[in-house]
Amino acid sequence: MTESTAQGTFWDKRGLASWLFTTDHKRIGMLYLWCIMAFFAIGVVLGLLIRLELIAPGQTIMGQQAYNATFTLHGVIMIFLVVIPSVPAAFGNIFLPLQLGADDVAFPRLNMFSWWLYAIGAVIALAALFTGDGPPDTGWTFYVPFSAVTTTNVSVAVTAVFILGFSSILTGMNFVVTIHRLRAEGMTWGRLPLFGWSLYATAWIQVLATPILGITLLLIFAERVLGMGIFDPSRGGDPILYQHLFWIYSHPAVYIMILPAMGVISEIIPVFARKAIFGYKTIAVSSLAIAFAGSLVWAHHMFVSGMSDTAVMVFSLLTFIVAIPSAVKVFNWTSTLYKGSIRLEPPLVYALGFIFLFTMGGITGLVLGSAGTDIHVHDTYFVVGHFHYVIFGGTGFGMFAALHYWLPKVYGRMYNKKWANISAVILVIGMNGLYFPMYILGLAGMPRRYFDYLPQYTSMHVASTVGSWITAVGLVMMAVNLWVGMRSGPRVGRNPWGAATLEWRTKSPPPTHNFDEEPIVDRGPYDFKGVQPDA
Amino acid sequence: MPEHHRDDEGAKLGMWLFLFTEILLFGGLFVLYAVYLQRYQPDFHLASAELDVRMGALNTVVLITSSAFVAWGIAALKRGNVKVATRMTVLTIAFAAVFLVVKYFEWGAKFHHGLYPGGAELDARAQGQMVYFALYYLMTGLHGVHIVVGMGVLSWVLWLVNTGHVTPERYVALENAGLYWHLVDLIWIYLFPLFYLIT
Ligand code: HEM
Ligand SMILES: [Cu+2]
Repeated sequence: MTESTAQGTFWDKRGLASWLFTTDHKRIGMLYLWCIMAFFAIGVVLGLLIRLELIAPGQTIMGQQAYNATFTLHGVIMIFLVVIPSVPAAFGNIFLPLQLGADDVAFPRLNMFSWWLYAIGAVIALAALFTGDGPPDTGWTFYVPFSAVTTTNVSVAVTAVFILGFSSILTGMNFVVTIHRLRAEGMTWGRLPLFGWSLYATAWIQVLATPILGITLLLIFAERVLGMGIFDPSRGGDPILYQHLFWIYSHPAVYIMILPAMGVISEIIPVFARKAIFGYKTIAVSSLAIAFAGSLVWAHHMFVSGMSDTAVMVFSLLTFIVAIPSAVKVFNWTSTLYKGSIRLEPPLVYALGFIFLFTMGGITGLVLGSAGTDIHVHDTYFVVGHFHYVIFGGTGFGMFAALHYWLPKVYGRMYNKKWANISAVILVIGMNGLYFPMYILGLAGMPRRYFDYLPQYTSMHVASTVGSWITAVGLVMMAVNLWVGMRSGPRVGRNPWGAATLEWRTKSPPPTHNFDEEPIVDRGPYDFKGVQPDA
Repeated sequence: MPEHHRDDEGAKLGMWLFLFTEILLFGGLFVLYAVYLQRYQPDFHLASAELDVRMGALNTVVLITSSAFVAWGIAALKRGNVKVATRMTVLTIAFAAVFLVVKYFEWGAKFHHGLYPGGAELDARAQGQMVYFALYYLMTGLHGVHIVVGMGVLSWVLWLVNTGHVTPERYVALENAGLYWHLVDLIWIYLFPLFYLIT
């Protein structure tokens, strides 16, 4: 059964205003998605430029100041404009209400407002790059005292991030209330899809951690504009306190980045293994456990900043503990796959890529989490390798998996599956080429954030730069394939994958009010008995 | 598009979550305060002695009273008395303005004496006192911003009451504005002893 795309879907209304002032969660999600994709493309180009500069020692394509600005831009765009909103704001908005059987989020107008804040924050962030005395050169962490004194456009950038944070808080708040209040009849907490659970945990982090970032940014602003001196040692302040405040937010923020992606993977694995997910409850609870324990480990970013030895030991231990729930998830996914009747469709291929790359990043996270080894590799390329494996290999791949899993629902059309798989493989190869040499460089002592290096590091840098090209090829192939598929791929029915969650019960693309009749839930989200693929 | 279904419980839950975030926002500053107090206890004592306790106390009374007004207004609206509700909300806004005026005179006097970050008088003092005053301006300033926002929110709800969008049957907007105002009051109740009474 295939329905026409042209009639009765949320795409129908036309005109710019009908998009910019929409309160339809699906449209808002799409707005996020398009913006995020555009910024992702910009961020990738900047990343490629960084890599190109590093292909040989000495100056290659840009000078030192330009290099500092480029990696700051790259970091700020990727972190605040791409990764943090990626899965929750885009796919969460589109699919959370659908999965709950609701016709929208709890506060649709607030939702539109959040998107506007995101857009305004993004514009200001871009303005920070092209106005004033040059783009910020502090790195995305805005560490004082440098951020308090540099003449570059830090104040504007900080304002942008503050506004983006506010947007993130409001989205989180909206999701918590939505999940509490708008579940369809019969959807008990025990039947909430795991994507919903992961968004729930994420939303709490957004609500509880982001305000700390807010105050930290306000303080930088106060330092710069009002000359407060709260972190200025010459006036009795203490820069280490800045680092504490910053990481109290920013460590939990890495879970804002990764948890929703894990939620995507937890949706995909059971569908393509045709098996109820192994350990539904442990996966749900481990999301909450990550959210909770992740709030206690911030100081592992500061092992070398001069904390007491006791503090270093405590935070090191806590960091190990927070790795447990992540590992639990990985084991649950692999156990689900074990003896499942696996269909190797593109969403699953990307999910497997996620598991592989995320595990690579996670294990090296433990190296960084134990104080002894961290002191050796702190601020080296080891760190750069680690977080790219985790956020690009993890969140990025989670995002790609979500695109391949859900876009047929949104557009009602299918992409070319063979090309999707080929691009996934190229991406995995490219990413290992790009980031694995960074581990080696880091262990050999190559510091991060340097535009020049000693000749003995050359071969690994060349390898990494070549890896960046392969990655770029994979990205372009994936993007083109998705684009062509969405425009003119074969039409799909309601449930091309044969999944059991509610979003697959409505038309593809869904109508404005989501469901023709209010769904009643009488089974678990991974109970496939009697569910047939319909493509 | 049909009217989105109404969910007062949901609206209140949302407001409570938002209030949490406000507490956490100030929480960061309270943490800084705690650390610096521990580090510079004598200096904090000396600096604190220079604040005008009477003005602080006056403002405390003003805010608590305004909080009572807003609560009274909500109760009146629930009982169907729109007129009293309107009056009480107006009084709340007026008292908020009084608070800001008192604050203006307080800050003005300090500025006059060069007691501000970068000011001649403060720059000659011990480091602990500089930190104390930086925190004083930051925390009372941020609180002041919240007063202004609260006045805006209350005025908006007042308009909703007058135009019949908020009624004895649908009072959750006023209730939420009231919750926000209680929070602003509550934060001040912590700021007052921390800055004025630690001598
Ligand atoms: C083709 C893709 C990418 C390439 C070639 C690339 C390359 C790089 C390189 C070489 C650095 C190190 C700069 C230095 O420390 O000297 C860097 C930093 C960074 N990258 Fe990427 N990256 C890519 C994708 C991403 C993605 C997808 C994200 C986010 C999910 C990301 C986030 C960051 C962040 C946060 C930094 C740190 C900036 C700083 O130190 O302030 N990158 N990137
Ligand atoms: Cu961390």
